[in-house]
Amino acid sequence: MSRPEDHLPPDLYYNDTEAHKYTTSSRIQHIQTLMTHRALSLLALPSPSLILDIGCGSGLSGTLLSSLPASSGGPHQWIGLDISSSMLGVALERDVEGDLFLGDAGQGIPFRPGTFDGALSISAVQWLCNVESSEESAAGRLARFFAGLFACLRRGGRAVCQFYPRDRGQREMVAGAAVRAGFGAGLLIDDEGTKSEKTYLVLSVGGGDITGVVSGLEGEVEVEDQRRRAKERGKMSGREKAEMVKGSKAWIMRKKQQMERKGKVVKPTSKYTGRKRRIQF
Amino acid sequence: MKLLTLNFVTCARKSCKTLPAAFPLHPRDAELEIVEMELNPKFLVNILPRVEWQALRTVCQELGLPTLPDIMPVQQDLLQPPSLPGRESESQEGEAEGEGGSEEEDALQKPSQTAQDLHRVLLETTIANGKLVCGACGHEYAVKEGIANFLLPSHMV
Repeated sequence: MSRPEDHLPPDLYYNDTEAHKYTTSSRIQHIQTLMTHRALSLLALPSPSLILDIGCGSGLSGTLLSSLPASSGGPHQWIGLDISSSMLGVALERDVEGDLFLGDAGQGIPFRPGTFDGALSISAVQWLCNVESSEESAAGRLARFFAGLFACLRRGGRAVCQFYPRDRGQREMVAGAAVRAGFGAGLLIDDEGTKSEKTYLVLSVGGGDITGVVSGLEGEVEVEDQRRRAKERGKMSGREKAEMVKGSKAWIMRKKQQMERKGKVVKPTSKYTGRKRRIQF
Repeated sequence: MKLLTLNFVTCARKSCKTLPAAFPLHPRDAELEIVEMELNPKFLVNILPRVEWQALRTVCQELGLPTLPDIMPVQQDLLQPPSLPGRESESQEGEAEGEGGSEEEDALQKPSQTAQDLHRVLLETTIANGKLVCGACGHEYAVKEGIANFLLPSHMV
């Protein structure tokens, strides 16, 4: 299956024709509607709220947010961010209700802390894993995006990002970046193993209501510092590094990890990885 | 771009993140447009505590809109029945009163005059064209047809 990310960066890929095709295709509209409904049910917003739509495109999911009936907590106000000006042009033609921003989510999110009740992103985050210049890295772009998202959501807010990961490694990279930004993260996979597999990254900021929680903390409390632990795991001392023989299995595994972190395509590890060849006569 | 959104947006540059002058962005050469929208009192109640009132006042002043009251209205003000007097004195926009008031009162008894005025300022007043200037670094973000361009060249991120 060809992936649009492999062809061009998003601002060039979604030109006028592509943007028009995307918006008018009834198949895409149907899938987008299903995914937006799923994301909304995961967000569980009880009352009309302010929502950020990352990669809003032509506002297909935004239209749904503005027209949500009062019985299901709507209608919501939304602010959309997208990198493709053609897509935003189509949104303007469609006369959507939300405010639109032309911007790159990989550069951060320019809102003050605690702005949004929730955030939603449909089929957009995988674009952040692509890097067009040597000055930036996929990990850096993801880190800046999730840090910005974490800051601009209010305490107890949630974010749901539906995305199409290339492989398991990319899925782990995105989820890992969200955890490192401070989110409580969970991956939800619908129709796993089928062609219509959908991955949702469900993120939460804080534990919501903090009243009455503090008194419940009795006995021993074990605080896990995941970030420090991950750092200890990933980093080696200088001596260890010097002892590692170039070309050994451990060395190859370390290189593969390094490349994976950079967002490169890395062959999956198998029993043959780094195995010694039999000695020839 | 709605004034509500302008009340939340800051400069996108990393170096401006910590500077207090980066918020609010100051509109320049702004063309205003009124886009009618249905009043949603529940949304106003939800969003009101998060609005930076002083920033909103500054922006209104810079845009030449009528001055807002010094003190931010509280949530209780929004859902008063309009038959109760007292809120009229806080009305902010002369022309907004006439238009917004008459239709809404018949259909929906709940939102007060304050809510209608707030709705007019925050959600119906939009910046159609113009520029937004950061108070700290002086970078100008262009607004065209209501879409703000926050794409930064790579050396400025």
